[in-house]
Amino acid sequence: MLKNYLKIAIAVLRRRKFFTFISLFGISFTLSILMVLTAFIDKVVGDNYPDKKRDRSLYISRLSEVGKGNMSSGLMSYYFLSHYAGSLKTPVKMAITSGFRGTNTYVNNKKIAVNYKYTNASYWDILEYNFLEGKAFNKQQVDNADKVAVISKDMKNEYFGDVSSVIGQYIEADNVKYRVIGVVENVPITSYMTYSDIYLPYTVAKDGGYKTNKSYQGGYYGILLANSTSDVDKMHNEYEQMVQRLPITDKNYDHIFSHADTYIKSYVDTGNEDQSGTFIVVTAISIFVIILMILPTLNLVNINITRIMERSSEIGVRKAFGASSRTLVYQFIVENIILTLLGGVIGGILSVIALRVINSANLIANLELTINFTVLFIGLLVCLIFGLLSGVYPAWRMSKLNVVTALKAQ
Amino acid sequence: MIHLQNIEKVYRTDTVETLALNKISLDVAKGEFLSIMGPSGCGKSTLLNIIGLLDEPSKGEIRIDDQKTANLSDKQLAQFRNKKLGFIFQSYHLINDLQVLDNVELPLLYRSTTAKERKQLATEALAKVGLSNRVKHFPTQLSGGQKQRVAIARAIVGRPEIILADEPTGNLDSAMGNEIMDILIQLNKNEGTTIIMVTHDENMAQKTHRLVRLFDGSQVQ
Repeated sequence: MLKNYLKIAIAVLRRRKFFTFISLFGISFTLSILMVLTAFIDKVVGDNYPDKKRDRSLYISRLSEVGKGNMSSGLMSYYFLSHYAGSLKTPVKMAITSGFRGTNTYVNNKKIAVNYKYTNASYWDILEYNFLEGKAFNKQQVDNADKVAVISKDMKNEYFGDVSSVIGQYIEADNVKYRVIGVVENVPITSYMTYSDIYLPYTVAKDGGYKTNKSYQGGYYGILLANSTSDVDKMHNEYEQMVQRLPITDKNYDHIFSHADTYIKSYVDTGNEDQSGTFIVVTAISIFVIILMILPTLNLVNINITRIMERSSEIGVRKAFGASSRTLVYQFIVENIILTLLGGVIGGILSVIALRVINSANLIANLELTINFTVLFIGLLVCLIFGLLSGVYPAWRMSKLNVVTALKAQ
Repeated sequence: MIHLQNIEKVYRTDTVETLALNKISLDVAKGEFLSIMGPSGCGKSTLLNIIGLLDEPSKGEIRIDDQKTANLSDKQLAQFRNKKLGFIFQSYHLINDLQVLDNVELPLLYRSTTAKERKQLATEALAKVGLSNRVKHFPTQLSGGQKQRVAIARAIVGRPEIILADEPTGNLDSAMGNEIMDILIQLNKNEGTTIIMVTHDENMAQKTHRLVRLFDGSQVQ
């Protein structure tokens, strides 16, 4: 019986090519958008290079000072991180890093856009960058304010060209020359806390803000590392308590908010104290996905009704020769599942092509999106649900058709 | 074998009530070849549809093989049609997307048969109507007479006791019509199949055992 359904399903698909195209396009396009979206989320959230110790790390990405009618929110000062966060007992180490800043540099009269950032020495202990050559700067070099730099692989290629080693050579950024002491694997820009082209000791920062800025806010992130995962909660609580004890130094404000959160929580932190960023992001993505799926489903339902009603003579004949309404519902659902699975396979292929195009166009620096097979499997499962959702209603309507009416409708 | 008692069929719209069949009582014996005649719109096809359990009467009782059909569920009706009845329609109603063999196999899909059995039975049925050389064709590649022969093969493949034919020669020229009629007569004679045929053609009706005439929904002969 299944073979018969398959034959008729394929025949029906070939009969109305435009309808088939619209249906398959709806399914495959939706699936490929979902695949690209999940590949992106998976990469942004799931890729743990270079912070492989995420399970025992907490990220400090924002500090807000709030008063009546006043609010100031942003990154933390070096002073705040080293003085207050640095005084906590639970963390075994703390990485301090500035946000990346952009500048231009010139090689052989060619302008190169460069992003650089300042870090402390512990940064290199907590984050496990993959060194292609050389090594990171140590505490001694930071304390001495040595003009040394760790650069990314792409920066090496762009600045120095195709050479085997650049250790000991000089790279210019913001009109200062730094001696290259290490080259690391690229980090995508979406990992904004760890991404940069050039990494420098914070002590060489021109503005000297790390010394002079004694306020809470500044231009630095912090990453706290606990000894073990079981210490993470304790570290979180200790940080929260420390923030609550912070003296209010500016009369415009009466509250200070800052959190040491897990990677994902800190990534989606919106600064809204009443609503978690995770909730907002998950809700937004869910609404997007639901809308994305409902539209092709409705479209499919509509097309299926037209398609099935066109086959009323066949329905009449099948009923006359012994098909019950239930059998017919089953047949049309099977046919629809065949259609949606076909759409799913095309969607899978489209996703692979789309991801290759996105990767080769390098739309987002260093972001290498890959097909997630779990998502592909879920995608195909979603297709099956599509098939059921969009097939059940038309099939049910059709099965209620009176045989005589169905036969007359030819 | 078939017993109809006071069958009435009324079509209702918001404003109009049309009496399509008026107190029809009819008994058809096993192995009988009966024809139903009458002018267009007199209720012939409606009566045939009611006998074939494709439509429900507004009033009256139908019994087939001593089984009352009024209270059968959708599933029971489907099974009943599948086992007892075969249909032949004026416009063939073949499924154009399926090959001749698949069209003929259709009634067997709804009973427990293997693919091999289905193929064998369908091939035999096609041989009976002289279409063994057309099994891989699609209906659109056949003439009207060939299509109707496929429809007959489909009607007999499940070896039903009753065949209901709604103007089976209506769309065919006289030569083709006679061919189809001969097949039906042979079927009735050799296999003992009960046949009820609606027709406009007096000549065809004369070849059957008995003729029932309808006029304005009532039986007049």
